[in-house]
Amino acid sequence: MSPKISFRDVVKTYPMKNTTFTALGQVSLDIGDREFVAVVGPSGCGKSTLLSMVAGLVEPTSGTVTVDGAPVTGPGPDRGVIFQQYALFPWLTVRGNVEFGLKLAHVPAAERRRRADHAIELVGLADFADALPKTLSGGMKQRCAIARAYAVDPEVLLMDEPFGALDALTRVQLQDQLLDTWTQERRTVLFITHDVDEAVYLAGRVVVMAARPGRIHRVIDVDLPYPRTEEIRLSAEFARIRNDVWTHVYHQSPAGSAA
Amino acid sequence: MSSRARELLSDGTLTEDALASLQRVLLGFALGTLVAVPVGFLMGWYPVARGLLEPYVQFFRTIPPLALIPLVIVLMGIGETPKIFVIFLAAFMSCVVAAFQGVTGVDRTLIDAARVLGASDRTVFLKVVIPASTPFILVGMRIGLGAAWATVVAAEMIGAQKGLGFEMVHAQTYYDVPTIFVGLISIGVIGLVMDRLLLLAERRLTAWQERR
Ligand SMILES: Nc1ncnc2c1ncn2[C@@H]1O[C@H](COP(=O)(O)OP(=O)(O)O)[C@@H](O)[C@H]1O
Ligand SMILES: [Mg+2]
Repeated sequence: MSPKISFRDVVKTYPMKNTTFTALGQVSLDIGDREFVAVVGPSGCGKSTLLSMVAGLVEPTSGTVTVDGAPVTGPGPDRGVIFQQYALFPWLTVRGNVEFGLKLAHVPAAERRRRADHAIELVGLADFADALPKTLSGGMKQRCAIARAYAVDPEVLLMDEPFGALDALTRVQLQDQLLDTWTQERRTVLFITHDVDEAVYLAGRVVVMAARPGRIHRVIDVDLPYPRTEEIRLSAEFARIRNDVWTHVYHQSPAGSAA
Repeated sequence: MSSRARELLSDGTLTEDALASLQRVLLGFALGTLVAVPVGFLMGWYPVARGLLEPYVQFFRTIPPLALIPLVIVLMGIGETPKIFVIFLAAFMSCVVAAFQGVTGVDRTLIDAARVLGASDRTVFLKVVIPASTPFILVGMRIGLGAAWATVVAAEMIGAQKGLGFEMVHAQTYYDVPTIFVGLISIGVIGLVMDRLLLLAERRLTAWQERR
């Protein structure tokens, strides 16, 4: 089966004063249709860069990024993005935010309202549909951002440390909710996190990255069944995989000598 | 002094003067804002426009509008045009910088968030950049209105038949201190009321802002 997302020899450099800085050096990776892939790695290893290239917000310096076999040429509503900083439009209500993408797609008002309300319901914000973002907690803001992405029904969901700024309890709630939705209507998910537990709990495959230059260090399969439960989170197999990922994240050999 | 105020009110002079001054300010201010907002947006959005215009704006901003009065009188005479022009400049300079900073200060991730939902450059500008920079523009308008009001009074001292500034200079030649005071207080009260009105508008239009 051909991959949904494919990175081929992708390099990203940024010009510096008198050198170039290699943010990402030679990354190749295939992500299957409806697969849930998590990316972990030290900060600055190019995780956001990787994601932004699929989103069409950053262009690779060389190599190609394709979605459904076609090179990414810019952003589009087929790929939803969820940012760590929520990025809600503060002058719009929750419903206004969720309808934003639907308006751009010229969805008629009644249909738009129905789809927005459905997405808002899905993330548990029904009571806050008319609230402004400034009145919401961090967790509720991120729920709203997730609803906004769901509303346009993208095939690919790109999430850049979406739960990184939330407290532990809210984070677990949102993880479970995300998995619930994903098991119901499977999309391809690329999920970036710095939390190893989160990566293993959510993903079918964990990509461990290394820094300087940013590259893929290891890809680890998570052979745990869905739906993921509390039981699985506490199982010996979960612990084994988590330790494996942990080891590769925090005991990376210096650049060049890595396998 | 209060008896002088009552006299000036009952014979209509005070109202007439205040209206004359207000009319000049509002006209100059409206024109200044109307031109400043698109120019500021242009500078913030297109690097070319910024490169072309910013040096001039930054330079002229350092000249107090009042300092231009001699030049403006030479070029435009002593009718209404030079007065309104100077007020226009005062309002324009405050507002153009605010609009420009509003655009350049828009949160990058908000723009990205709109683009990934399918927004074109045009839509990003209309639906993100404009609302996001509204708070800056309103602050600029308030500063601009203050500057315009300060300028009109001074401009009227140079040659006018009516206006609060004119009335005060006129009173000065007769050592008419009460009239001068009535003028000063009127200027203060009207300035304060206008500022409060704009502040109110600002609060209502930007109620969505998170205030820290
Ligand atoms: N626009 C840019 N200009 C210069 N350097 C950049 C730019 N964007 C990112 N970088 C650098 O590229 C590296 C990777 O960044 P990023 O993808 O954000 O890492 P991560 O998300 O893993 O923390 C970092 O060292 C960062 O400083
Ligand atoms: Mg990042």
